[in-house]
Amino acid sequence: MLVNNFLLLGALLFCIGVYGVIVRKNAVLVLMSIELILNSVNINLLAFDRLWADSGNNDGNVFALYIIAVAAAEVGVGLAMVLLIFRNRKTISLDDLSEMKG
Amino acid sequence: MLLASDIQVAQNIGFGIIALVMVIGALRVVTSSNVVHAALWLIAVMAGAAAQYLLLSAEFVAVTQVLVYIGAVMVLFLFGVMLTRAKLGKDVDLDNAGAWKIGAPVALLLLGVMGYVLVKGFDDTKIAVSGEGSTVGQNSLLSDKIFSTYALPFWALSFVLLAAVIGAIVLARKD
Repeated sequence: MLVNNFLLLGALLFCIGVYGVIVRKNAVLVLMSIELILNSVNINLLAFDRLWADSGNNDGNVFALYIIAVAAAEVGVGLAMVLLIFRNRKTISLDDLSEMKG
Repeated sequence: MLLASDIQVAQNIGFGIIALVMVIGALRVVTSSNVVHAALWLIAVMAGAAAQYLLLSAEFVAVTQVLVYIGAVMVLFLFGVMLTRAKLGKDVDLDNAGAWKIGAPVALLLLGVMGYVLVKGFDDTKIAVSGEGSTVGQNSLLSDKIFSTYALPFWALSFVLLAAVIGAIVLARKD
């Protein structure tokens, strides 16, 4: 298999995720788009890991596992913040959070 | 140079089908006008990613992906949808009006740059087929790596998770 199969799939998913972060207004959907981005990075890491795996190297697997753990922590805190925002203002539309706008 | 014997037909067909499902699912995640449907499409993308990890002979990461992402993160997302009382069914107010005029060019430009670099850089580099007695994807080597070379990041990660748990409780507490 070509390594480019996986790398181009990762690039495509990354770009779709970036599009979602820019376009979406609902905070939960923005978090979902961020998950897409993190997943595409994991695909890239594992593809490179497999490409150079025959020298006994498996660092890519370790990095992918750590990214999964960090992503879980990020979703937990992110959704807690979304809940807090919803409780205080009855909306999670990111356009309404503009107090810091200059 | 690609030789006919290098092309693994079955793996390539499998890759193509899973990749198609993932791309369609990802597009539906960012375009769907129903929050719950977006979450369900995201599950398809995550499951596809787990299948791709299996193709890359990373079994442990694939199982972790299913446990953590499909099992835990998606349940968390559905709780988030429920607790923020998102409109079930069609909701037209999920996107910024006219933001696709910015988003689509940015995403396409990014895709163009990355695609060009990847095609230029890894033209037809192949993933070698591992033979008999290969240690590729062996879990004991992975655990050796995590608990020796990368033990310090492992500790740091446990503190990150602890901080995230406490932080989430403090943020979401009601009083």
